[in-house]
Amino acid sequence: MNAPATSVAATSAVRFAGVVKHFGAVKAVDGVDLSIAAGEFFAMLGPSGSGKTTCLRLIAGFEQPDGGHIEIFGETVEGLPPYRRAVNTVFQDYALFPHLTVGENVAYGLRVRGVGRAAREAAAREALGLVKLAGMEGRKPSQLSGGQRQRVALARALVLRPKVLLLDEPLGALDLKLREEMQVELKGLQRALGLTFVFVTHDQGEALSMADRVAVFNEGRIVQVGPPEQVYECPATRFVAEFVGSANVLSAGEAAALGAPARAASLRPEKIGLLAPGEAAAAGVAALEAAVVDVSYQGPVRRITVRTASGHAIAAVVPAARTVDVGPGAQVRLAVPLAALHPMEGER
Amino acid sequence: MTRPSLALKIAALGGLAFLHVPLGFILLYCFTTEERSYAFPPPGFTLKWFGVVWGRADIWAAVGLSLQVACLATAIALVLGTLAAGALARARFFGREPVSLLFVLPIALPGIVTGIALRQAFGLMDMPFSFWTIVLGHATFCIVVVYNNAVARLRRLSPSLIEASMDLGADAFQTFRLVILPNVGTALLAGGMLAFALSFDEVIVTTFTAGQQSTLPIWMLSELIRPRQRPVTNVVAVLVIAVTFLPILAAYYLTREGEAVAGSGK
Repeated sequence: MNAPATSVAATSAVRFAGVVKHFGAVKAVDGVDLSIAAGEFFAMLGPSGSGKTTCLRLIAGFEQPDGGHIEIFGETVEGLPPYRRAVNTVFQDYALFPHLTVGENVAYGLRVRGVGRAAREAAAREALGLVKLAGMEGRKPSQLSGGQRQRVALARALVLRPKVLLLDEPLGALDLKLREEMQVELKGLQRALGLTFVFVTHDQGEALSMADRVAVFNEGRIVQVGPPEQVYECPATRFVAEFVGSANVLSAGEAAALGAPARAASLRPEKIGLLAPGEAAAAGVAALEAAVVDVSYQGPVRRITVRTASGHAIAAVVPAARTVDVGPGAQVRLAVPLAALHPMEGER
Repeated sequence: MTRPSLALKIAALGGLAFLHVPLGFILLYCFTTEERSYAFPPPGFTLKWFGVVWGRADIWAAVGLSLQVACLATAIALVLGTLAAGALARARFFGREPVSLLFVLPIALPGIVTGIALRQAFGLMDMPFSFWTIVLGHATFCIVVVYNNAVARLRRLSPSLIEASMDLGADAFQTFRLVILPNVGTALLAGGMLAFALSFDEVIVTTFTAGQQSTLPIWMLSELIRPRQRPVTNVVAVLVIAVTFLPILAAYYLTREGEAVAGSGK
């Protein structure tokens, strides 16, 4: 049903223009412009209360905007109830119907559309095969594990061949190993089906690893949109720098002191190295004297928090093997490559 | 696991006996030959009171009236109680707490207050006392029972189930029929049966809202004052026990199963 991306190149899968949504006095969504391409895996990333979930619910139709305009594949959807939109949602708590079997859950959307029993059962079987749950039709949701319920919720949405699939914190309730497995699987499904996936998460790792593009939300607005590499490497504002991968933020003065242009800049902790005693900094690398405040061992790396002479705290992530002799109180010299300092447009 | 002490066992048995032995006496005096007083032991045994009951038109009229009132009051309560529960289970609006308190008030108030209030209200509105005033009176407290059951179940239902249903293409009516009703059905059944039972044996509100009609409980009260044919009331009481026991048992098992289904969705 969904047209190949080439024929709708001009049409966005989802388009927001100046969308506003209030809850009482709270501006949950405060003038969001957004364009999601057909076939894209799009992540909406932000802390809780940043408006990302409200945006998802605006696409699904659970909320109606107070201002602005929303289109899904060129069709204006304001005022359309959820059951008249060609989008489906995978809910955070999965929202499986407890009184129905897995097969009946997956077939539910077809049932309310008046599809015959045989046809909808066949479609449900096929969709369950897609998410590797073949043969589970007769179980009740209560008999499944969390990961399996997630797959049922996915099959239940996919069986309707939606133009856009919405996922609300899809991996939030799963344990780490399952989460990594599902990340790979979701990405594979999205590529195989060529569908537009829009997912909401507060986990930057999830957003960076799965999405084609990431929109970072803060206080009801989008602060940056771009491919994961760009959002991670070149954060536009202090908020993005600190929220995505907790980068260091240097003021204009501190940047200038290192020999970089006098502009506020972000600096990724893993770009910072340690200089051995007496070792000279290479060209284009500034040496920075600092006292170690804290060292935390994280397996392959250590995260070292230091305080510079000017009282600024900086975090560095260095290979664990290099730092065995560094403890709190020690004086170290950091190697800061000037090329790793990214001036932030959004900051003075 | 500690074993209960002998004293506790005796106390428990005593409590149970206190609750249920009187029911045994009701049964026993169905068969007595003495019609003016309940002498123990009964002087003799007879089945003639069952025949007497069978032949008394006033008893069957009272039973019929009580059944009709209970059915109608329960039906009204099921519709209004469910709607009220739907409105109050989740929504947040100004005055929500006072409104839900007002809903539960009729069952907390002494029946005599409800009765007088209704009687005066009907009087002010120039409504003649009739079958319908009894039904309205009963509906006031039947709604509470249905509302309480439905609201508790609705609150345990995940709100995203309803959103999921709409998301998958079901309109409001389909969502109600396919998702909400199957999940609150047993709660409504239990609430409905309780409402029916409450209405069926209600005396106080009925006294104030009935005209010339007498429901079964009213008939029984008036019969107790008469000196003759006392065992007739016993026979009627035993029949009522027999008829109400089965649905109550059914409701108990049905709702127990419902708990398991609703709880397992978590």
